[in-house]
Amino acid sequence: MTITVYLGALVLLLLFGYWLGKRRAYAVSGGHPAYLHSLPSYYGVYVAMWCGIPSALLAALWFAMEPHIAQWVLVNALPPEKQNLPPDELGLLVTDIKNIAAGYSVFRDVTPALERAAAAYESVFQIGRLFAIVAATGIAIVGLAVGQRYVAPSLRARNLVERVITIVMIIASTIAILTTVGIVLSLLFEALRFFGRINFMEFLFGLHWAPQTAIREGQVGSTGSFGAVPLFAGTMLITVIAMLVAVPVGLFSAIYLSDYAPKRIRASVKPILEILAGIPTVVYGFFAALTVAPFFRDWGNALGLDVASQSALAAGIVMGIMIIPFVSSLSDDVMNAVPQDLRNGAYAMGATQAETIKQVVFPAALPGIVGAILLAISRAIGETMIVVMAAGLSANLTANPLEAVTTVTVQIVTLLTGDQQFDSSKTLAAFALGITLFVVTLCLNVAALNIVRKYREKYE
Amino acid sequence: MSELASTADETVGTRRPDLSVERLNKRYAAERRFRLYGLLAVCAAVGMLVVLLGSIVLNGYTAFWQTHIAVDVELDPEVIAPDGSTEAETLKNANYRKLVFDAFDAHFPGVEGRETRRELHSLVSGAGARYVREAVVNNPDLIGTTQRFWIMADDKLDMLHKGYVDLDLSEDRRLVDDQFVGWYNQLKEQGLVRSQFNTNFFTDTDSREPEQAGILSATVGSFLTLFVTLILSFPIAVLAAVYLEEFAPKNKFTDLIEVNINNLAAVPSIVFGLLGLAVIINFFGLPRSAPLVGGIVLTLMTLPTIIISARSALKAVPPSIREAALGVGASRIQTVTHHVLPLSLPGILTGTIIGMAQALGETAPLLMVGMVAFIVDVPTSFTDSATVLPVQVFLWSDSPERAFVEKTSGAIMVLLAFLIIMNATAVMLRKRFERRW
Repeated sequence: MTITVYLGALVLLLLFGYWLGKRRAYAVSGGHPAYLHSLPSYYGVYVAMWCGIPSALLAALWFAMEPHIAQWVLVNALPPEKQNLPPDELGLLVTDIKNIAAGYSVFRDVTPALERAAAAYESVFQIGRLFAIVAATGIAIVGLAVGQRYVAPSLRARNLVERVITIVMIIASTIAILTTVGIVLSLLFEALRFFGRINFMEFLFGLHWAPQTAIREGQVGSTGSFGAVPLFAGTMLITVIAMLVAVPVGLFSAIYLSDYAPKRIRASVKPILEILAGIPTVVYGFFAALTVAPFFRDWGNALGLDVASQSALAAGIVMGIMIIPFVSSLSDDVMNAVPQDLRNGAYAMGATQAETIKQVVFPAALPGIVGAILLAISRAIGETMIVVMAAGLSANLTANPLEAVTTVTVQIVTLLTGDQQFDSSKTLAAFALGITLFVVTLCLNVAALNIVRKYREKYE
Repeated sequence: MSELASTADETVGTRRPDLSVERLNKRYAAERRFRLYGLLAVCAAVGMLVVLLGSIVLNGYTAFWQTHIAVDVELDPEVIAPDGSTEAETLKNANYRKLVFDAFDAHFPGVEGRETRRELHSLVSGAGARYVREAVVNNPDLIGTTQRFWIMADDKLDMLHKGYVDLDLSEDRRLVDDQFVGWYNQLKEQGLVRSQFNTNFFTDTDSREPEQAGILSATVGSFLTLFVTLILSFPIAVLAAVYLEEFAPKNKFTDLIEVNINNLAAVPSIVFGLLGLAVIINFFGLPRSAPLVGGIVLTLMTLPTIIISARSALKAVPPSIREAALGVGASRIQTVTHHVLPLSLPGILTGTIIGMAQALGETAPLLMVGMVAFIVDVPTSFTDSATVLPVQVFLWSDSPERAFVEKTSGAIMVLLAFLIIMNATAVMLRKRFERRW
């Protein structure tokens, strides 16, 4: 609510600043705007910047700090004997007090001391926020006053405005770097906490995955076991099945569409294949779970085979269907990039079209196609919804595609979607899996992108 | 040389059988086979698409129809408002369930015993009484009369009416027992059962009861999340693309940014969810399940897509335009904002719409940031708990009731309709404004 009011006020002030700056510029030019260094509108933007930037920075700073300040206030409002509790007990207490403040019921006697702390916590969001917003608005007005005083015919308003725009553009471009850094740091930080409890080697090479930790201490199997090999094996199995579907179908479609198909067919089939790429993965997951898996199970039973109802086969095949357009459009691109001269040379030697494709175009395009397949593998490994909906949950170390297996992504989702305390081994394990996933897909992507780039340079 | 000449002489002399025709036929056959493989691959891919969409539509089209039962309800003033008041508050809170159940008991006079009666009452949906309530609140004059209402049926009767129950199975292996089927047949013979367009599917929120479950809250959640994504990703992507394409010097830093963007485009979406959970929720303390958080995560995920397509749109603007603008004295930023950006805007918008379509269909990262809750209320702000359409699909697909299968497929069809509209808009934009320089 307060935020909306602030944003509204800021917009009005910005418009006012623009109008004021423009008017000041006319005024100081003595009625001859040509005497100004820049166009009057730049003076308007200049004043609006003085008004908006400091104020927005202050507000952003407050909202970034708000939860931390609130937490600090909360802890300080507690009686001293509570403040000196061990960290994890204090953490639980703080969570409960936050719940009291939010009006939820908690499993704890609500004493006046706790209520005071809750009130102090809540006051940060009420009074503190109000103060911050008033201060930010005040700074906007001060900035407006300061900015318009600088307006003079010799002020290089356009250059200043453009410099600010450039800085904003640079900041916007660095968001990509910040995202990567954020991913690496956050995953690494949580994963390191996990490896503080579980041996790294045991995680990477252990054969038993059973993350169910006991709720009470001292229960049997309270630590769970975190050997991730069954997950890696399951991911591999499903990926291999997916590739067995996607690579031949995708590659042959690409060959047919790029070299054989009449123009009309090509123009209508290509968009149809792209539809496959645009369907949300949750739809594929539903299709796999509802249609494909029962189909295989019934056929398997009819043939006397024992097919699990969440077989790796169903999930893998549907994932393969999802990846077909990926393989076909990428390999279509690389095969189209093979110079026509090479083909013409082969035709001149009397090769048929198939021979040309098999012996000239395909070998020439091979690096690019390998790159495309690597990208497709990386996508298959990271795909989540299909396997969450159609693959199993229990870690099963098997190479039999008719059995149910689980994958890295399935485990990340199941470990993190329950209601549980955030820093248990169980939730931290998800981050350890996450960073494994990130590293593997990153390596595949970098390798693939490099191959594709090198290959492109070769023919350009 | 002499050897060659002698072979030629021999050929002329002895006339060996010509093998080349056979070899040629073999090669042509290989050619045809190869071509056939290609055709088969295309047919397989298209066939899979048809099977996929076909199975969704076949499972889902019935979700847009809902079975209703006609009940003659006696609007007994004793039950609705014993004190004779017609205030809206009293009328709203009256016990309409009892009226509906009484009407049923009257219609099936032979039914005795609490258990049996309860089963009889389970023919109508738990929300059935609201039809009566609405009618009475809108028109209190109806009190004291007997009116015929078409009331929403329970999901079991709905399934039975739509033919999803195999009556050849033995009684204990199917959804409904013989008694239920008997009542249904009786109602049907009297013409008291009908299918009508299921508006509730679009105007109701999620529910544990399949017949009452609708997609309104998920659609609103999707809309809010997508709005946040658009507001954040479009300006950032345009600024980044303009900088990288028009201003960035060729150096290590620029290279680093480019490598990062290309890699982020291929990072699994669930990793962005983990980032959102660890940084946005746990570090910055934004609320779980909120469209704001979902929107930020989807922004980070779609940014690379939009940046890449925006860059190629900018690249397509010929340098002569820039040179002309610079030549008449525009600054570099003026050149971009006055000329290059407007000319490349259709391309950038196309890329943005495609990125938004991707974000609309995304599920996995939103599961990580908690947008997977059971949401009954329609979210009204960016910090309310919300869910989105694909997550709703995921949640319903997990439900055991048979009726949720058609609901799930129905929701998928709505989701796909949105995606088709967005992509068609993108294609149209591209066609309409495509410009060859």
